[in-house]
Amino acid sequence: MANNHKSEAYVSFQNVQKTYDGEILVVKDLNLDAERGEFLTMLGPSGSGKTTVLLMLAGFETATHGEIILDGTSINNVPPHKRHIGMVFQNYALFPHLTVNENLAFPLQVRKIPKSEIEERVANALDMVQLGEFGSRRPMQLSGGQQQRIAVARALVFEPKIVLMDEPLGALDKQLREQMQYEIKELHEKLEVTIVYVTHDQSEALTMSNRIAVFDDGVIQQLAAPNVLYEEPENAFVAQFIGENNTLSGQVSSIDKDTCTVKVGDGESLQALPIKIDGVGSNTMISLRPERVVVNPESGTYPNEVSAEIKELIYLGDHIRSRMNVCGHDDFIVKIPNSANHAQLKPGNSVKVGWMAEDARALDALETT
Amino acid sequence: MYEGESMKTFVRVITISVVMTMASFLGQALAATELVVVSWGGAYTASQQNAYHAPYMKKNPGIKIINDDSAGSAVAKLRAMKQAGNTTWDLVDAVASDAMRLCDEGLVDEIDHNSALANGADGSTATEDFGDFIVSPCFVPQIVYSTAFGYRKDKVSRPMTSVCDVFDLKTFPGKRSLEKKPINNMEWALICDGVSPSKVYDVLGTDAGQKRALAKLDTIKSNVVWWTAGAQTPQLLADGEVVVGSTYNGRLFKAIEVDKQPIAMLWDWQVFDLDGWVVPSGTKNKAEVMKYLRFATDTQRLADQAKWISYGPTRASSAPLVGNHADLGIPMAPHMPTDPNNAKTTLLYNYEFWADNRDEIDQTFNAWLAK
Amino acid sequence: MIKTPEKIELFTADGVPLKLSLARVQRRSKMVAFLMVSPLLLFMVFAFLVPIADMLLLSVDNSIVERILPKTVKSIKYWDPHDDKLPDEAVFAAMVEDIKKAKKAREHTKIGTRLNYESSGFASLFRKAGRKVKKINEPPYKKALIKSDKRWGDIQTWRVIKQFSSGYTGGYYLAAFDLKRDFADGSVSSLPEEDSIYLKLFLRTILLSTTITFLTLIIGFPLSYMLAKVPTRISNILIIFVLLPFWTSLLVRTTSWIALLQQEGVINDFLILVGIINEDGRLAMIHNATGTVVAMTHILLPFMILPLFSVMKTIPKSYVRAAISLGAHPWIAFWKIYFPNTAPGIGAGSILVFILAIGYYITPALVGGSSGTFISNRIAYHMSSSLNWGLGSAIGVILLLFVVLLFLLYDKIVGINNMKLG
Repeated sequence: MANNHKSEAYVSFQNVQKTYDGEILVVKDLNLDAERGEFLTMLGPSGSGKTTVLLMLAGFETATHGEIILDGTSINNVPPHKRHIGMVFQNYALFPHLTVNENLAFPLQVRKIPKSEIEERVANALDMVQLGEFGSRRPMQLSGGQQQRIAVARALVFEPKIVLMDEPLGALDKQLREQMQYEIKELHEKLEVTIVYVTHDQSEALTMSNRIAVFDDGVIQQLAAPNVLYEEPENAFVAQFIGENNTLSGQVSSIDKDTCTVKVGDGESLQALPIKIDGVGSNTMISLRPERVVVNPESGTYPNEVSAEIKELIYLGDHIRSRMNVCGHDDFIVKIPNSANHAQLKPGNSVKVGWMAEDARALDALETT
Repeated sequence: MYEGESMKTFVRVITISVVMTMASFLGQALAATELVVVSWGGAYTASQQNAYHAPYMKKNPGIKIINDDSAGSAVAKLRAMKQAGNTTWDLVDAVASDAMRLCDEGLVDEIDHNSALANGADGSTATEDFGDFIVSPCFVPQIVYSTAFGYRKDKVSRPMTSVCDVFDLKTFPGKRSLEKKPINNMEWALICDGVSPSKVYDVLGTDAGQKRALAKLDTIKSNVVWWTAGAQTPQLLADGEVVVGSTYNGRLFKAIEVDKQPIAMLWDWQVFDLDGWVVPSGTKNKAEVMKYLRFATDTQRLADQAKWISYGPTRASSAPLVGNHADLGIPMAPHMPTDPNNAKTTLLYNYEFWADNRDEIDQTFNAWLAK
Repeated sequence: MIKTPEKIELFTADGVPLKLSLARVQRRSKMVAFLMVSPLLLFMVFAFLVPIADMLLLSVDNSIVERILPKTVKSIKYWDPHDDKLPDEAVFAAMVEDIKKAKKAREHTKIGTRLNYESSGFASLFRKAGRKVKKINEPPYKKALIKSDKRWGDIQTWRVIKQFSSGYTGGYYLAAFDLKRDFADGSVSSLPEEDSIYLKLFLRTILLSTTITFLTLIIGFPLSYMLAKVPTRISNILIIFVLLPFWTSLLVRTTSWIALLQQEGVINDFLILVGIINEDGRLAMIHNATGTVVAMTHILLPFMILPLFSVMKTIPKSYVRAAISLGAHPWIAFWKIYFPNTAPGIGAGSILVFILAIGYYITPALVGGSSGTFISNRIAYHMSSSLNWGLGSAIGVILLLFVVLLFLLYDKIVGINNMKLG
C-alpha cells in the first residue's frame, strides 16, 4: 500500500528540510504527497512552516535538504517561472496598472500564445468566474470578492499543473469568505485541478479540503480527511487546534484492551480510549468534544459520570453553551442542544454530566492547558 | 502648609522681577548713550573695534558702542527704516557706490567735512587731507582697498610685473581667476590692448570699445576661472588651480603673510575702491555720533586700523604713521595698496561711468561669457 | 402599516426651529475649522501669494516715471517721437519743474536708475540735472537744459522718456526674451547676437536640469530599489545616510566637489597616479557645465530617492512573485510589472528635482564657470546687484509659467493624482 501510494503521488515532498539561518529548522524532515486532482490544505498557526512549504513548492524558497517532485520530475533546480504552477496570493497580487483582461492575458503572453487564442482563453476564464463584463476594468475598480475571483481565474487561465493558494480569503469579510469557499471548491471539482491551499482558519480547511495537513513547529502533526481529523485527532495539538475541545489531564492507572483508566486531578477515575499514551503511570490528557457530553444522564448509561457545577450559561439559539466546573477544571464546556425537553439550568446548580469512553481520547500530555 | 510654600515662592518671584526691572532702568540711566555702528563683521569689524571703538569707550565711559554686522544689506534696511520712521542705526560703514546712492536718496546726512572732522596731523584741513576720496558730500572715507592680482611665485618663469602679464599665456601658461563681472576686467583688457589709461573710460563707453575689450579677454577666455566670492582666488591659488588671480588685496595679504602661501602681489593697475562712514538721517544720537566720527577718523586712528588689516588709510597724513601688524609684528606699510611702491599705476573705481553703463555692459559681458 | 414620514417642523426645547439651531451649530463648527487653518492660510497668503502677486506686478510696473515726472509725462503726450524735432518748450519746462521737485524729494536719481535700464547714460543725466536745475529759473528752459548737458538736446533721450512714460510696460518681458523695442518707431526686433543672453540661458537651464533629473533617476532608482528591498530596520539607517548631505551646508557640499573635481584635485591626481591620463591631460571637470551637473546631481539626489523609495516600499513583493509564478522571466516581471508601478515615484521625483534644479543658483555660480550658469543666476544678479527688480521679476514669471505648464502637461499625461511625494 505504501509503495503503491508513492507512484500515485503527483506532488511529493521527500525528506525536505528548510532553514534560513543554518540553526533553526523551520521545516523538519517533511514527507508529504498529494494526488492528482486533490484539494490538499496545509493548516496551522502562523510560524508553523506551512507557508514556507508552499513557497518551496512555488520555487520562491529553496529546500536546504530533500527533494520536491512534481508530476514525476524533481523540480528542485527548476526556476519558479518554469514550473507552471499557478498561485493565488493573500492580497490577490493583481497588477494595478493593467486591466482585468491584461492581467489574465499576462501568463499567456509570456508563453507566446497567439493573440486570438489569448482573447478566447481570457474570455473563457472570465466567464468561468462569472465576471465576463469586467474585462476592461482595472483591479481597483472591483470589490474584494471580484478581485479574488480574478486572481483565481488568472492562476487557472494558463492551465497550470497545480494551483497554490496562500490564505487567499484572508482579506475578505466572513460572509464573502464563506461564499468564496464554496465557489473555489466548486471550481476545483469542475476543473479537477490539483490545489494546495494554505490557511490558518480551520473551518475553511474543513469546508474545502479532501485532506488536511496540520502543521506545527515545522512538522506535520496529522494528515487526514476533515472528518477523521475532527473525530479522531491523533495528538493533543490536533485535538486542540481543530474544533472546540475539553481537556482533562491525569495519569494512566490501568490499560485494558480498548479502554484505559485515567486518574484525573481530583481523584476521579475516568474511562477513555487509549490513543497516544506511554503506558501505565504516564501523564495523559483526555480530549472530549463539548457536544458529546450529556447533562443529567440516566444513572448508569455512561461509563463516565461525574458531578459538575454550572458556572455560566450562554444562549446561542441552536444550542446552549454551558461552562462548568468538572473534576476541578473550571473551563469545561458542554453544548446542550436546544431541544424541547432540555434541562432547565441556572448558574450555581449542581448537575451530573456523563459521556462515553469512546468519546474520551487519551492523548499525549501537553503543557499548554 | 503647601499653600504657605507657594505663597513664599510667589513673593520671591515678584521681588526678583521688581529688582531686575529697577536694575535694568538704572543700568540704562548709567550707560547713558548706546551707539549702533553697522559694519561688515569678521576681521574688518574687529579692526574697527580695536582701533576706534575700544579707545573711544575708554575715554568716554558714558558711551557704549554696539556692533551690527548687516552692512551688506544697508541700502535696503535704511530705506525700510526711513519708511517706518524709526531709524535705529547711528553710523553705517558703506562702500562708496552705496554711500553715493544713499546720499542721493536722502537716506544719509550730508556732512561739512572741514568742520565736522579733525584736521590732519600735519595741519591740513580734512578736505585737503582726504582729497579726492571724498566722493560724496555724505561720505567720510575710511579705508582704501584695492582689487589686485596675486600669483604663484613657484609656478612662473619670472616674477609678474605688469597686469598685461595676465594676458600673456605664452610666458605665463596656466589658468587665471577673474571676477565674474565686467568691472575692472574690461579696464585691464583695454590697457593691455594699448589704450592709454587716461582714455580707458572714453573707449569703454563706446560699442567698439566694449568689443575691443572683449576681444582682448577672448585671448585668455578658455584659461579663466570666474570667481564670485572674494575667498575663491586665494583658495584657487593655494590649490594650484590657477597661476594668477584677482581679488581684494586684504585677502591676498592673509594668504601671503598669515597662511604663508607661495604667492606674490602684482600691484600693477590695481583698482582702488573706498569704504567709509555715512550717518543715517534721523539718528537719535546725532551729536554723540558726530563726536565719535571726529575721533574715529583722525589721523592716528586711521593709521591704527592698519595694525589689524591691510587696507590703507584714506588720509594722506596717516600714511607715515602706519606701524606694524598687531600679531605678526611685520611692518604694514609695504602691504598697503596706497604705499607709493605699490601705487605707481592705479585706477580709481569710476562710480559715474559704471552707474551709467553697468546695466548695458553687464549684459554684453554675460552674453560674451555664455558664448 | 408603515407611515410615510410627514414634513413636520421640529423645535428645540427653547422653541427655536431645530433646522435653524442645527445650521447654527454647523456654522460654529465650520468657523472653528476655519480658525484652525487660518494661521496656515495667513502664512500662505503673506509668504506665497502676496510675493507672487508682487512679482507679477513688478514685472510690468512702470509707475515710477509718472510719479516722479508727472508734468513731463502729461505734456510729452502731444509730442510725436517720429518727428525729427525735439519736444517743444513746454515739455522742457515741465521737465525742469519735475526735476526740481524730485531733487527736493531726493528722487531724481531713482528715475535715472530706472531709465538707465533701458538706455545707458540716464543715471548720470538725471544726477547731473539734479545739481544744475536750481540755476534754471526762467525761460527758455529748452536752451538752458541743453546747455547744462547736451544729451538733453538728443532726440533719442526724449524718445526713451516718451516710450516709458506709461504706467505699465512690457519692456521687461521683451528684455527677458532678448528683444528690444526701437525707441523711434516702436517696432520690436531681436538684440544683436553679442548682446543676446536670456534665451540662451533659458535653454541651457532646461537642458542641464533635464540632464540632472535624468542622472538622479539613473543613480537613484537602483539605490531606492535596494532600500525598499532590505528590512525596514536597515533601510531606516540607510535612509539617514541618504539624508546626511542635508545636515551639511550647501556651500560645504559644493566646495567639496571643487576639491574633488578641480584640475589639481583628487580625481585628476588619482587618474594620473593610475596612468589613465598624463600631467598635461588633466580633465576640466569643474567651472563648466560638467561641474554644475555633477554637484547638482549629488545635491538633488535625495529628492529623487525619497519619493521613489516611498513608492517602492508600497509595492507588494507579491506582484513580482505573481508575475514569475505566471511564467514571466524575472527580468520581464521587473520590467512589465514592477517598473510601471514605480511610475508615480519617478514622476514625483523627476518633477521635484527638475523644479528645484531650474531654481538653483548658488551651486551653478560656484562651480558652473561660464558654461554652467543658469537663468536663476541672472535673476539673483538683478535682484541683489543691479537692483533691476522689474527684469528679475519678468524672468521669474517666465520660469514660473514654464513650471506651471510642465505641471499641466504632467497632469495631462500621467495624472497629478498619480504622483506620490513621500
